[in-house]
Amino acid sequence: MNIELLSQYLVAGITYGTIYAIVAIGFNIIYNATGIINFAQGEFVMLGGMIAVSLHTIMPLPAAILAAVLATMIIGALIEVIFIRWLDNPSVLRMIIITIGISIFIREAALHIWGEGVRALPYFTGTEVTVFSIGDVHISPQVLWVTGVSAVIVLLLNFFFDYTLLGRQMRACSANRDAAQLCGISAKNMVTLSFILSAGIGALAGCVVSPITYVQYDSGTGLAIKGFTVAILGGLGNSTAAIAAGLLLGIIESFSVSLMPSAFKDVVSITILLLILFVRPSGIFGSAEASRLKEF
Amino acid sequence: MPVVVFGIAIIAVQLLTVFADRPQFMTQFTMTGYYSLVIIGLCLLMGYAGQISLGHAGFFAIGGYISAFLTTHDLTPYKDNIVLAALSKTGILTAAQDLYGGGSLVFHPWAAFITAIVITIAIAYVIGGPVLKLKGHYLAMATLGFGTIVYKLVLGTGFFGAADGLSDIPGFRILPGLEVSGKTGIRVQNYYIAWGLVVLGMLLLTNLIHSRVGRALRSIHSAEDAANAMGVNTTRYKLQIFVLSAVFAAMGGVFLTHYNGGIGPSEASIMKSVRYVAIVAIGGMANLWGALSMGIILNFLSLRGYFGSYDDAIFGAILIVIMLFAPEGLLRSEVLQGIKMRFSPGKGSGSKEA
Repeated sequence: MNIELLSQYLVAGITYGTIYAIVAIGFNIIYNATGIINFAQGEFVMLGGMIAVSLHTIMPLPAAILAAVLATMIIGALIEVIFIRWLDNPSVLRMIIITIGISIFIREAALHIWGEGVRALPYFTGTEVTVFSIGDVHISPQVLWVTGVSAVIVLLLNFFFDYTLLGRQMRACSANRDAAQLCGISAKNMVTLSFILSAGIGALAGCVVSPITYVQYDSGTGLAIKGFTVAILGGLGNSTAAIAAGLLLGIIESFSVSLMPSAFKDVVSITILLLILFVRPSGIFGSAEASRLKEF
Repeated sequence: MPVVVFGIAIIAVQLLTVFADRPQFMTQFTMTGYYSLVIIGLCLLMGYAGQISLGHAGFFAIGGYISAFLTTHDLTPYKDNIVLAALSKTGILTAAQDLYGGGSLVFHPWAAFITAIVITIAIAYVIGGPVLKLKGHYLAMATLGFGTIVYKLVLGTGFFGAADGLSDIPGFRILPGLEVSGKTGIRVQNYYIAWGLVVLGMLLLTNLIHSRVGRALRSIHSAEDAANAMGVNTTRYKLQIFVLSAVFAAMGGVFLTHYNGGIGPSEASIMKSVRYVAIVAIGGMANLWGALSMGIILNFLSLRGYFGSYDDAIFGAILIVIMLFAPEGLLRSEVLQGIKMRFSPGKGSGSKEA
């Protein structure tokens, strides 16, 4: 393999890895606030892309994306208020089944609204053939959009959780729900907020990647599995580690294509998920001691 | 007792289709029977051992695909190979005719069936060992991952027919005069074969849950650590139940494949696995008869196409509604219990134990 091909794989790996990392961050936000893995996280990504594509026919691209993100946030909030909020102390099994049910429901709704067709937003800058080259490596401008937007999301999230009152309240809730409530923080509202936040992030990711990966009514499931793999790989709940894990998985997956048929690309990453679950469920960056306290 | 009622119901349904002049319903009822094998196996795993599996369609597909592959893959070019020559002398390989009348050398259905079950057991052991150490979300995701791997493998592998699946699969002659196949002439016979297998399966499972193993399983479900402390080898029991339920799923896969004469990758899809979980959930997790009866109703309606293009959405909605309002299953929901109490006030309080 020559250097040129190597770096091309690397670029592809980084692009997909970033997407997985954003989905993983969506998982983490809700997990940290509630201890729930939201199996419908991938559907938020699909919804963002789909709504933006539909709205783009009647409004300019930035407005369509903004509206799609807001719409998905509202859907996220509705899901939490309708299905999660009023359950007192539900079992993990029950939560798993409910979120799976929600994901099927969103997917089927999308199938009936948008059909089976594959859609995509236009490239944000340039067209699909626009490339700029660094040496022998050719990069699509959309790849920069993906990585750039992801970087901004992560920075803003870090800022939000570390420096804003609301972010700190959310962290307080996930650290100790009872103590936070004694301080006058509404834990239920924080959970709703976590759904809104992760829906918005997912939707934004869906918009940014749709020119490259396209969206279809059922593209959420695959993303959810990859996102979960990354979340586990980095250690559930740890969003900074999720980025590193996302890049790692993206690059491994990208290089696997050079060794085996691309139809088996997903098999590689799911096998990694299984291996990690079997060998080190705390993730490669998480500490085994800390995760022993969690329920898994 | 329930077995007798169930047996009468099976005969009654067959007679009804005769009197109602709807013999074509037999086909869907037969297919429902084979899906019921998966459901009662999964019910044992989820309800009695307390372990969720989102990968049971994977085991179904493993059984179906292996049997389909072995009974259709022509080995004639290798017939001079010493091993194959010996196999064909013992009858494990048989001559068959393909669609165009040409001769081919394939595995006998029984040999294929046994191979499929042995491979399923092996895979279930290998997967189950590490998977069952996990709990909650991790277990759900791991089994979902396993199911997805099976799906992607059958979808991407040429000799499994890729997206088209395998077809022209011969009937499965269980005994002379007793054949699992979709020929219309033996429709009634096939209906009784399928439901005979379900009755056998139910007898096995109900005996199992009322035995020492069953009590051990219930103790795992309610308090695993306590069960462990009492000397119940929880790891071993969970693994054995996992393997047993995988075998049930694979058997359903083998028979349905021979009955339909084909199998496609959609049988391995995640949605199928979720559907099995939905049916067990609506029937009531630890309620074999409930899961079975719900499975019969829902599978039959779905196979007859009553849900139309809302098929998957119906099962998604079932999952949500059941888990929100009646996590113990429809048959144990408070509303139904209330009605039961009204009609038999004496027995009402003890009904949770059933």
